[in-house]
Amino acid sequence: MFSDYSWSELGSIFAMQGFAGLILFSVFVLMALGLAIIFGQMGVINMAHGEFMILGAYVTWLCSGLFETWLPALFGGYFFFAMVAAFAVTALLGSAVEWLMVRHLYRRPLDTLLATWGLSLLMQQGFRSIFGAREVGVSLPDWMLGSIAITDIIEVPINGLFVMALTLVIAVSVWFLLFRSSFGLRTRAVVQNRAMAGATGIDTERVDRMTFAIGCGIAGVAGSAFTMIGSTGPTSGQAYIVDTFLIVVFGGSASLLGTVAAAFSISQAQSTLEFFLSGSMAKVITLVTVVLILMIRPEGLFSPKIRR
Amino acid sequence: MKQETENETGPTPPVDGRRRTLIAAAVGAGLSAGLAGIAPGVLQAAEVNSTGLAVTDDTVKVGILHSVTGTMAISETGSVQAEKLAIEQINASGGVLGRQIEFIQEDGASDWPTFSEKARKLLVNDKVAAVFGCWTSASRKAVLPVFEQYIGMLYYPTFYEGLEQSPNVIYTGQEATQQILAGIDWVANEKGAKSFYLLGSDYIWPRTSNKIARKHIENLGLKVVGEDYYPLGHTQFNSVINKIKLKKPDVIYAIVVGGSNVAFYKQLKAAGIDMTKEDPLLLTISVTEDEILGIGGDNIEGAYAAMKYFQSLDNPNNEAFVAAFKERWGDDIVIGDVTQAAYLGPWLWKAAVEKAGSFDIDEVRKASPGIELDKAPEGYVRIHENHHLWSKTRIGHAQADGQYDLVFETADLMEPDPFPKGYQ
Repeated sequence: MFSDYSWSELGSIFAMQGFAGLILFSVFVLMALGLAIIFGQMGVINMAHGEFMILGAYVTWLCSGLFETWLPALFGGYFFFAMVAAFAVTALLGSAVEWLMVRHLYRRPLDTLLATWGLSLLMQQGFRSIFGAREVGVSLPDWMLGSIAITDIIEVPINGLFVMALTLVIAVSVWFLLFRSSFGLRTRAVVQNRAMAGATGIDTERVDRMTFAIGCGIAGVAGSAFTMIGSTGPTSGQAYIVDTFLIVVFGGSASLLGTVAAAFSISQAQSTLEFFLSGSMAKVITLVTVVLILMIRPEGLFSPKIRR
Repeated sequence: MKQETENETGPTPPVDGRRRTLIAAAVGAGLSAGLAGIAPGVLQAAEVNSTGLAVTDDTVKVGILHSVTGTMAISETGSVQAEKLAIEQINASGGVLGRQIEFIQEDGASDWPTFSEKARKLLVNDKVAAVFGCWTSASRKAVLPVFEQYIGMLYYPTFYEGLEQSPNVIYTGQEATQQILAGIDWVANEKGAKSFYLLGSDYIWPRTSNKIARKHIENLGLKVVGEDYYPLGHTQFNSVINKIKLKKPDVIYAIVVGGSNVAFYKQLKAAGIDMTKEDPLLLTISVTEDEILGIGGDNIEGAYAAMKYFQSLDNPNNEAFVAAFKERWGDDIVIGDVTQAAYLGPWLWKAAVEKAGSFDIDEVRKASPGIELDKAPEGYVRIHENHHLWSKTRIGHAQADGQYDLVFETADLMEPDPFPKGYQ
């Protein structure tokens, strides 16, 4: 299939294809981080994860409208404000949900699954009632559109670079928060032994609420960033949820490193296969491979080496 | 290509049965006017309704069956609005056979079994005289047996893949060949396109359409350099964009739907493919003004779409329609191809009922072929014997404000051909 092309063309295409894989990797990590934190640290399966992402997207949409109307001079930078706002709004809603619903269900994982699924339906209908059933278009400042041409063929999309940078920042912040801050210390203590952590004076309920809120907040930021590459509608969140779960489960539920590794392997496999086969076939092969690997390693790629 | 010639008069309706009904109805009208004291010219319920439909002396019930919740609500909202507007306008102008239309709206909830259940409810419990509804082919296939078993009439608005012709459905949108052939002829003739890359979401409509497109492209002696399908809801198109860059087609023929659309056009633009340069040119049959709302005009500026209606069409019918639509549903609303096709449904039904002089489904069916509307926003349309519409196909050029500029329309009406020979 390559005989028609010159070596330089092929080189460029592979470079771009590699870059496409990296962008997909960043998108996956960004999608999965929030879920991985909640799932890994609290054992709660948040089925409404996609809806929290879309809430972030809607906040971004509101911000873009706000800046276009009232502060057109600052429109170029509104996206940063929008991401902060998206984090704040989704984290706030997340902590409310934790307080009202999730904390009553900690000992019943299947019930949290159902309850958060119900929440996702509620949120979808809420979006539909508030923002309308149609998709909304988020307008972006000009500097975020288009691409940087490196050679004639190699063009690097700016929004891809933006997502990669954002993923890096958030991943590093999460790592810092969990492994280098006192909050992280308390969280890890609660994960390892809730009763003991409580006995040492850690307010476990507060830790739970913060963790859930942060997980949701990261989902919000991800949703905000995805307005650049995806759609914003009441049910758009559903498009992300399957991939997100796939990555978290494949990576091993308790390991953030596993999440990153899973995102990397799935994204590379997916984008390479997509290039050689059709899109649907690539998806099928990726899913089958993941299922096979999970049959051999049910705990995922990186499983904690402790006895439960 | 099959196109209507100037002197063709179209299919003749079966005259005999209808004439008898009309005579009977006229006699009945005279009697009933004397006996019941209702306005002369208005027929009594029993005469226009021999099969127990929900028709009284001054009202008739119809059903609206679309998804207003779930994934498809995004697309179906416009159709519901159009159908309600048409019904209100018909009522304001005196109704159908002197009867005001009352509608019962049911929610298919983007779920095919629900569609079939609700269709049964509308036909069996509510005894509606017609149903305007469905959007996806899957929902239409789900209700089809219900309409055929309980004898109902469905007016279906979406452009779709063809390969279907039911006595109980009137298809007011275009079937695949109407949409595809003229579009491909146009890029080949006007833009000198030689090679095509076919792309679509992975389900029946894009696949069937691309099959027809490929056949037609090859018949013209041109080349298909790639064909690709992505699952519904797919949001990452970088790989296929790279493939397109490598193959360098003259035309990207895109039939991507739903949320994937937004992702595809945003990523295409981000990857440095500027559609206004037309290198490659992008031709789509799946993006109406409704979808552009979500995609953003900036992201799709320069693309071409082949369908039968654009909001920007410059004719008096359309001006009145757009003005009425905006007055009813708000100034910032946009109207796409399917919305306009949905608007035709109640009008076509009214015309057929009045031609038949009866609400009976069988009479309406017999009267339907040959029904014309010259007040349609898209211009003149007529029902073919195969229950699809004769309509023109148009090419629009996407503008940054989210509207299409009309750049081409077929001189004649395209004949609907749901079972195209040589394309399957």
